[in-house]
Amino acid sequence: MKNENKAAKKKLAPLTKKSFITYAMVLIAFAVMQILSSGGYISSMLTGLLVPLCVYSILAVSLNLTVGILGELSLGQAGFMCVGAYTSAVFSQLTSETITQPLIRFPLAIIIGGIFAAIFGILIGIPVLRLNGDYLAIVTLAFGEIIKNVFAAMYVGYDSKGVHISLKSLSNLNLENDGTLLLNGPQGISGTPNDSTFLIGAIMLMLTLIIAYNFINSRTGRAVMSIRDNVIAAQSVGLNITKYKLITFALTAFIAGTAGALYSHNFYTLQASKFDYNLSILILVFVVLGGIGNIRGSVIAAVVLVLLPEMLRGISSYRMLIYAVILIVMMIITSNEKSKAFIEANTQKFKALFKRGKTAEAKEAE
Amino acid sequence: MGFLNNLINGISLGSIYAVIALGYTLVYGIAKMLNFAHGDVIMVGGYVIFIAMTSFGLNSWISILLAVIACTLLGIVIEKVAYKPLRQATSLAVLITAIGVSYFLQNMALLIFGEKPVNFTSVVNVPSLKLFDGKIVISGETSTAIVISILIVVGLSLFINKTKSGRAMLAVSEDRGAAELMGVNINRTISLTFAIGSGLAAIAGALLCSAYPTLQNTTGAMPGIKAFVAAVFGGIGSIPGAMIGGILIGIIEILGRAYISPQLADAIVFAVLILVLIIKPTGILGKKINEKV
Amino acid sequence: MKSIKKILALTVAAALSVSCFAGCGKKAKGDTIVIGSSGPLTGDNAQYGVAVKNAAELAVKKVNDDGGINGIKLSLVFEDDEADPGDKAVNAYNALKDNGMQVMMGTVTTGSCLAVIEKTKQDGIFQMTPSASAQDVIKNDNCFQVCFTDPNQGKGSADYIADNNIAKKIAVIYDSSDAYSSGIYNMFKKEAEAKGLDIVAEQSFTKDSKTDFSAQINAAKSAGAELMFLPIYYQQASLILTQSKSLGFSPKFFGCDGLDGLLNIKNFDTSLAEGVMLLTPFAADAQDQETQDFVKAYKDAYGEIPNQFAADTYDGIMVLAELMKKEKITNEMEASEICEKLKKAITDPDFSYNGLTGSNMKWSEDGAVSKDPKAVIIKDGAYSAL
Repeated sequence: MKNENKAAKKKLAPLTKKSFITYAMVLIAFAVMQILSSGGYISSMLTGLLVPLCVYSILAVSLNLTVGILGELSLGQAGFMCVGAYTSAVFSQLTSETITQPLIRFPLAIIIGGIFAAIFGILIGIPVLRLNGDYLAIVTLAFGEIIKNVFAAMYVGYDSKGVHISLKSLSNLNLENDGTLLLNGPQGISGTPNDSTFLIGAIMLMLTLIIAYNFINSRTGRAVMSIRDNVIAAQSVGLNITKYKLITFALTAFIAGTAGALYSHNFYTLQASKFDYNLSILILVFVVLGGIGNIRGSVIAAVVLVLLPEMLRGISSYRMLIYAVILIVMMIITSNEKSKAFIEANTQKFKALFKRGKTAEAKEAE
Repeated sequence: MGFLNNLINGISLGSIYAVIALGYTLVYGIAKMLNFAHGDVIMVGGYVIFIAMTSFGLNSWISILLAVIACTLLGIVIEKVAYKPLRQATSLAVLITAIGVSYFLQNMALLIFGEKPVNFTSVVNVPSLKLFDGKIVISGETSTAIVISILIVVGLSLFINKTKSGRAMLAVSEDRGAAELMGVNINRTISLTFAIGSGLAAIAGALLCSAYPTLQNTTGAMPGIKAFVAAVFGGIGSIPGAMIGGILIGIIEILGRAYISPQLADAIVFAVLILVLIIKPTGILGKKINEKV
Repeated sequence: MKSIKKILALTVAAALSVSCFAGCGKKAKGDTIVIGSSGPLTGDNAQYGVAVKNAAELAVKKVNDDGGINGIKLSLVFEDDEADPGDKAVNAYNALKDNGMQVMMGTVTTGSCLAVIEKTKQDGIFQMTPSASAQDVIKNDNCFQVCFTDPNQGKGSADYIADNNIAKKIAVIYDSSDAYSSGIYNMFKKEAEAKGLDIVAEQSFTKDSKTDFSAQINAAKSAGAELMFLPIYYQQASLILTQSKSLGFSPKFFGCDGLDGLLNIKNFDTSLAEGVMLLTPFAADAQDQETQDFVKAYKDAYGEIPNQFAADTYDGIMVLAELMKKEKITNEMEASEICEKLKKAITDPDFSYNGLTGSNMKWSEDGAVSKDPKAVIIKDGAYSAL
C-alpha cells in the first residue's frame, strides 16, 4: 500500500513534465511549418493538410479521453464531430452578415459547435452510460450512424415566414422563392466561410491538450480513472458513477464538436456522408497506435497516419487493411501476458543499454 | 393486407437475424466476448457460395456445405490467432481486437473481390405461396428462412443439452474456473463454440444473400450488429431467446421502415436495445447474472 | 519503450520533412499538356472512379495516337479521392496541382466536386466534370458538365411519362443519402405535380439499408401504383426488380441514366428487366460506329462493358482535345491562360460536338450541357428506342 502511494506521488511529477514536452512539441512543429510555408517551401499538398492534421489530432485526443481515461469504447466519435461541424457551419452562415469580423464569429462558431455536440453527448450518454463494455460500443456506433443519416436527410431553410425543416425532400420544405436554403439533404451545406487557419488549428490543439492533461490530473479525472480501474471499489467509496461518466462523455463530445467546427470551416462544402463508421474507426486507430491513455501518442499517431497515406498515395488500396492489422497487432502486443512480459524485459535491457550509451557519451564529452 | 405483407417480411428478415443471433449468443455466452467479426463471417460465407456456384458451377447444396466448412475453419483460425492470446486481457482490448478482425475481413474481401456488389443467385428453390388472390405473397426464401431457423434452434438446443460437448459448453458458460477443475478442456470448448457459431454464420449468409440477392464486402456488417441487438433482446446466452429476439427485431425494423420512416428504422432498432437494457437488462429469456466482485 | 517511440517519431518527422522539401517549389512545365482528374479508386464508389480513369486513359491515348494537340501530347494524372466530400478530395486536388495539372477533368462524384470547385476557381483552372451532376457543381464560370444536370433528368422523366401517357399513379423509390438520387427526385416531384401526375408513394432508402426493399415495395403495391420511378443506380434497381417479382408486384418501371448497366450485371436474371424504360444519353449496344468502336476498345483494354460514366469521360476528353487544337493550347501555357481560352471556346455558339452521349452537344455559359436524352425500353434483353 505504501509503495503504491509512493508510486502515485512519483507519477504526478512526470505527468506535468510529459504535458510540457507535448506542448513544446506542438509549438515547435507549428513554428517549423509556419516558417517553411511562409518561405513557400512546402507543396500545396502539405499546405492543404495543415488544418486537417490539427482536426484529426484533436479528435484523437478526445477519443483517447473516452477510451484511455474512462475505459469505455465509443464508436460514435464521428457523429459528435458531425454535429459540431453542421451546427457551427449553420451559425457562421446565419451570422456572416451580422458579424463580419471572422475573428469574433469563428470562435463563437467553434464554441457553439462544441456545445451542441456536448448536448448530443449528454442526450446520448444518459441512456447509454448505464450500459458498459460491448453494449456501449454497439450503441455509440449505432448513434453515430443515425446522426449521419438524419443529417443527410435533413432539408432546412428559412424565409420571411420563418424556419422550415423537412426530412423528406426539397419540395416538402415549401420554401419561398427568396428563401435561403441552409441544409440541402445529402448535398449538405455549401458556402461556409473558410475561417479555419493553421494558426487557429494549432491554438485549438494546444487548448485541447491543456484541457486533456488538466482533466486527467483533476479530482474528476482521478475519480473517472478509479471507476475505470474498479467500478465496485469506486462505488463503495461513494463516487457517483453515472455523473463522472457523463462528464467525461460530454467533454469528449465537446472537443470532437470543436474539431468538427474547425473541419467544416476549412472546406467549402460539408456533407454528412463524411462522418461514417470508417472515420470513427480511423480515430480509434490513432488512439490505439499512439497508446491507449497516452495523449501525446495520439497526436503523433494522428499526424503520422494522416500524412503517410498522402505521401505514399500508391499504397492507398492497402491502407485500410493496414489499419486493421494495426488494431489487432497492437492489442495483442500490449494486452497479452506473454508479450507484455517480453516487452518489459527487453525495455529494461534497452534502457540499460541506452543509459550506458549516454553515460559513455557524457564521459567522452568530458 | 399491406400490414400482413409487412409482417411476413418482418418475420422473414427476423428469422435470418435469429440464425445470426444464435452465433452471437453462443460465443457471448461461452467466451464472454462480443465477436464483432461475426457479421463479416457471414459475408465470407456468401462469397464462398457465390464463387462455388458461379465460377465452379457447383450445385447449391454442395456450395452451402463448402461455405459451412470454410467459415468453420475461419472461425477457428480467428479465435486462435486473434482472441486466444487475449483470454486474460481487459474486455476493452478484446473488443478493439474484434473490431480489428472485422475491419480486416471487410477490407481483405474488398481487395480480393473488388468494390462492385455482385448479384447473388438464390440458393432457394421453393415456389412462393400466394394467398387471397395474390394479395399476400410468401416467397420461397421467406418460408425457407423460417423453417431453417426453427430447425437450427431445435438442433442446437438438443446438442447443448444432450451431448457431452454441449454440456461442456454449458459448464464453461456457467463458471469457467469450476469447469476447468472438473476436467473440461476450456480451449477446446471455446474453439468448438467458434466453429459452430461460424458454421451457422455461413448458413445465415446463404439465407441473407438469397432473400436480398446482393453481396459486397460490407454485406454482413449491419445485419451482424442488428442480430447482436436481437441476441441481447432475447436474452444473451439463451438459444430460444435468440430466435424470439431475432424475429421481434425483424418485425420492428420492417414495420418501422414501412410506417415511421426508412431513415429512422435503424434508429428504432437501437432504441429498442437501449430500452431493453434499461428495463430488463437480461433480455426476455435471459438469466440474471451476478456481477462478480 | 518510450525511447523507441521517440526515435520512431524523430525518424518519421525527418522523413516527412524531407518529402515535403521534395515537393517544394513550382514544377517546371513538362513536354506534355497535363490533364488532371480525381475520383474514387478505393471505397464504396470505386467502380465509378475506375470507369472514369479507364475511359480517360483510353481517350488520351486516342488523342495522342492521332497526333496529339497540334503535335503536343496529352498526359493524364489521376488521383484517388475516395469520393470523400472533404479533405480527401482537396488532398487529391493538391496532389494534382503538385503534379503540374493544367486542365482538370473531374471530379467523378458530386460531393468531392463541390469540395474543389472553389479551389479551381481560385487557381484559375478549367474544370470539366464527366459525372458530377448536381446543379451547384457548375455555379462557377470555369466549370462545365458533360453529364446531364440532375434536375434536367428529373424534369425530363416527368415530362416523358406525362406527355406519353405512360401512367398516372406513380411510386418513387430513391436514395435519400445520395445527392444524385435525391436531386433527380426533388425535381421530378415538382414537375410531376405540375403535369398532373399523381405520386401515390414516396419511398426512400439510405446507404445503410440498401438491400431490403420489401417495405417500400409493399407501400407502392398497397397504394396501387402503376409505375415505379427509380432515380437510382442499377445495383439497387436490380434488387428492387427481383424483390418486386417475389412479392408479386409488377408495375411499369422507369429510370434515369443510373440504370444503365442493368443488363450487364453478372448473375442478374435480365428477364426481370423486360419492359424497364430509361432515359439515358448512352447505350452500350447502340449500333452507330463510334459507340461500337469505343465499346470494343474499352472491352479489349479492361475486359468490361463501359457504362455512362466512361462514355461521358471519353466525350469530355475528346471535347477538350478539340477545343485545345482550335485554341492552339501548348504545354508552355499557364493554367489560367488555358482556362480563359477554353472558357471562351466552349461557350462559342458555333461550337458543337457529336459524341457517344449525344449529338450536337453544346455548352451554355452556366456550364450545363444541352444534349438530348434518349428514351429506351429494354426488350428481349437489349435496349431499343422508344
